[in-house]
Amino acid sequence: MTSATPKLWNCAGGIHPPANKQQSLQGCIRTAVLPPQLIVPVTQPLNNPPQLCVHIGERVHKGQLLAQGSSHPGLAAHAPAAGKVTAITEHQVPGMSGVPELCVVIDTDATDTTWPKLPVLDYLHTDSDALIQRVADAGISGLGGAGYPAHSKLQSALHKVDTLVLNATECEPYISADEALLQQHTETVLNGCLILLQITGATRCLIGIEDSKPQAISALRSHAYDPRLQVMVIPALYPSGAERQLIYTLTGKEIPTGSWPVDCGVLCHNVGTAFAVARAVMHGEVLVSRVTTITGAALAQAANYEVLIGTPLASLLQQSGLDTTKLSRLISGGPLMGIELPHAGLPLTKLTNCIIATTGQELPTPPPAQACIRCGYCAQVCPIHLLPQQLYWFARSHELEQAQAHNLKDCIDCGACAYVCPSHIPLVQYFRAAKAELVQAHDQRLRAAHSKQRFEAHQQRVASELALTEQRRAERTTLAKQQPATTNSSSTAAQDAVAAALARVHARKAALKPAVADNKDPPP
Amino acid sequence: MNNLQPLSSPHGHAGSKTSQVMLQVLLACVPGTAALWFFFGYGVLINLVWLTALAVALEALVMLLRKRPVLFYLRDYSAVVTAVLLALALPPATPWWLGLTGILFAIVIAKHLFGGLGCNPFNPAMAGYAALLIAYPAPMTRWLLPQAVTHALPDLATAFDFFLDRDVHGHIDAFTGATALDKFRQQHGAQLVSEFWQSTKVMGQWSGAGWEWVNAGFLYGGLYLLYKKIITWHIPLGFLLAIAILAALFYDGGSSQSHGSPLMHLFAGGTMLGAFFIATDPVTAATSSKGRLIYGALTGSIVFVIRAFGAYPDGVAFAILIGNMAVPMIDRFTRPRTFGHSP
Repeated sequence: MTSATPKLWNCAGGIHPPANKQQSLQGCIRTAVLPPQLIVPVTQPLNNPPQLCVHIGERVHKGQLLAQGSSHPGLAAHAPAAGKVTAITEHQVPGMSGVPELCVVIDTDATDTTWPKLPVLDYLHTDSDALIQRVADAGISGLGGAGYPAHSKLQSALHKVDTLVLNATECEPYISADEALLQQHTETVLNGCLILLQITGATRCLIGIEDSKPQAISALRSHAYDPRLQVMVIPALYPSGAERQLIYTLTGKEIPTGSWPVDCGVLCHNVGTAFAVARAVMHGEVLVSRVTTITGAALAQAANYEVLIGTPLASLLQQSGLDTTKLSRLISGGPLMGIELPHAGLPLTKLTNCIIATTGQELPTPPPAQACIRCGYCAQVCPIHLLPQQLYWFARSHELEQAQAHNLKDCIDCGACAYVCPSHIPLVQYFRAAKAELVQAHDQRLRAAHSKQRFEAHQQRVASELALTEQRRAERTTLAKQQPATTNSSSTAAQDAVAAALARVHARKAALKPAVADNKDPPP
Repeated sequence: MNNLQPLSSPHGHAGSKTSQVMLQVLLACVPGTAALWFFFGYGVLINLVWLTALAVALEALVMLLRKRPVLFYLRDYSAVVTAVLLALALPPATPWWLGLTGILFAIVIAKHLFGGLGCNPFNPAMAGYAALLIAYPAPMTRWLLPQAVTHALPDLATAFDFFLDRDVHGHIDAFTGATALDKFRQQHGAQLVSEFWQSTKVMGQWSGAGWEWVNAGFLYGGLYLLYKKIITWHIPLGFLLAIAILAALFYDGGSSQSHGSPLMHLFAGGTMLGAFFIATDPVTAATSSKGRLIYGALTGSIVFVIRAFGAYPDGVAFAILIGNMAVPMIDRFTRPRTFGHSP
């Protein structure tokens, strides 16, 4: 069923890098061979400590829970294959920070014993909370971008959104994992969309896909029976798949800086996530594998693989026929936003959508940067309308206030500016450094404010204690001054009462004396 | 495989180079330069060669003094572009020391004393030109008569005599004369525009004889730069529109009080060279699209004001320097709205 193309909004800027996707789209999605060892990251979002469910030496089954979050938002991790836990240790993973993460190391065996699957759910007759719980139990994180737990994103969108956006743009070169999924598992992906619609109560699902993917588009159109599913073909332009840019292109809604799409009634999920959600709900499968593009000129055959989470990259590269003599760089992700990896011993994570094993010819190392001539090509391609040439000066000279005033924080690291810079200035690198400085300065300010607050509270406490002591002293003084006056003018009744009380005390003392010699008298 | 050197993203590049940008600018200069050579003779080429050689030598010298890799910086060709633009703006019969002084001022003072390429607030070529115009007004305003007017251009030997400042017999006076813009200014108030046009040979079809073709050449080169996306349309359009509109306002129907038709101004003096090659110097121009439009309009207006009411025959150099001064302010007030921010 084809839907009439509704109006699209044009995003500013953007570039047209060569797609280089055909190399990996030649055949079907392959299943990667089981490696002898899996290194499964179990770190939690926001650096919360994970709650481990296995111990070293334990035999685990495929699909068994390895760890879960101890606090919200948590992300469950499952054993991708049967085997024995041989270590729980910090291991380097593909990530921006390069900080090692806690991983469960499993020595796999061929027994392939499986943990009981979760019960299959009929999503049409299951309430949102149960479905969200299933997404959480399956350990699904966003498989496209930042990897935020999908169930937390859904929870925050509950009854707040009217539009679901399925990000099928996959605008970055080389990556074709989503496109392969759309071609081969169209129905499952669309079922995932329907489940997401069911959970959030959104009334429509806009499927944003670039016009460079005709096969996937026709597959989507022929399977999108539900009238709520609208296939929207957008012009190929990097970075059209950036969340806020895509939402603007499809709905015309410009998400204000500092707020989230759900605040504007839109929830965005990517193809891989929708696929995983459908598998979790309709088949009871937990997320232990994902589709990843293994490509690059240093490989004999590029392809899309269904890979177990935790598979060492070296194993995948070996299957693809890596020529180590040709390999110059290894990139996790695409060529524009990907992270360069130090070696192939790193494991595949839930976020690894692409590995590029590239040669020096394919993606050459940049020449030394020349002077900025303010040509402004960077500003022309910036999708956020920033002025990279100005930000570059501020970043270089550490003028953080100016950088902030020019909205450096809104930069999405898409790399379009550096891609077109004729002077080959590593603009993104400068911006990342400046953003880190901004965060650091912010933290410092927060800490300073906190210390100031604590100091002032302490001062106040000391002052009030002092005042209280003073007050009591003053009260005692006045009381002492008043007392002689009151005794002088006291009535006989009062004197009698005191005398009676004294008599009672003496009587009690006399009675207790032999029993407790060292006990102090209770106050009268 | 453990020795891979991690680099920041992006890992790909469009493949453009600053040197290519500069070479395209040089290539786009060819039609206008050819026209200049045709109408004013060998002096144009002598200026070009002399200034280019000096500029490269000075750039290398400064880089040595600044302890930077000489070849790496020479390869951006920015010094050559400065030299070519200054050479095209100089009269074609200037002595060697004039070009030397100009390029020295342009490269050493206007460019490197401010921090080198990218840091200079003023267009180096125009700063050099303005310095010469103020210091040596006589040789700077002594233009040769174009071929369309005299049919007698100096031959190569004579041109070299002028260059080496060996013109002891004052031969140069036989070849020089007031430019069209000069003549037009001098007759202001005396004749109707049409009368003036008929009374002198320095006027051609729609502007100064020869000059109109020189401008057409630079216009053609400028359109090539636009086509190649080396420059955007904002600055040239603002620049030319401002001149055209102001000229139309002061045209006065071609009376004796007229300051000349829009067409005359668009194709006279350094209009097209200024609009497409000099005002578009990205280092010293405004950066946002709106800012560029304003910057172009500002410089164009000043060009016309100087031509119509000032004391200099042409105003491109001063207009651009004044425009350069306004750039930080223009940039400040024309920042585009960031995505997701309220206006």
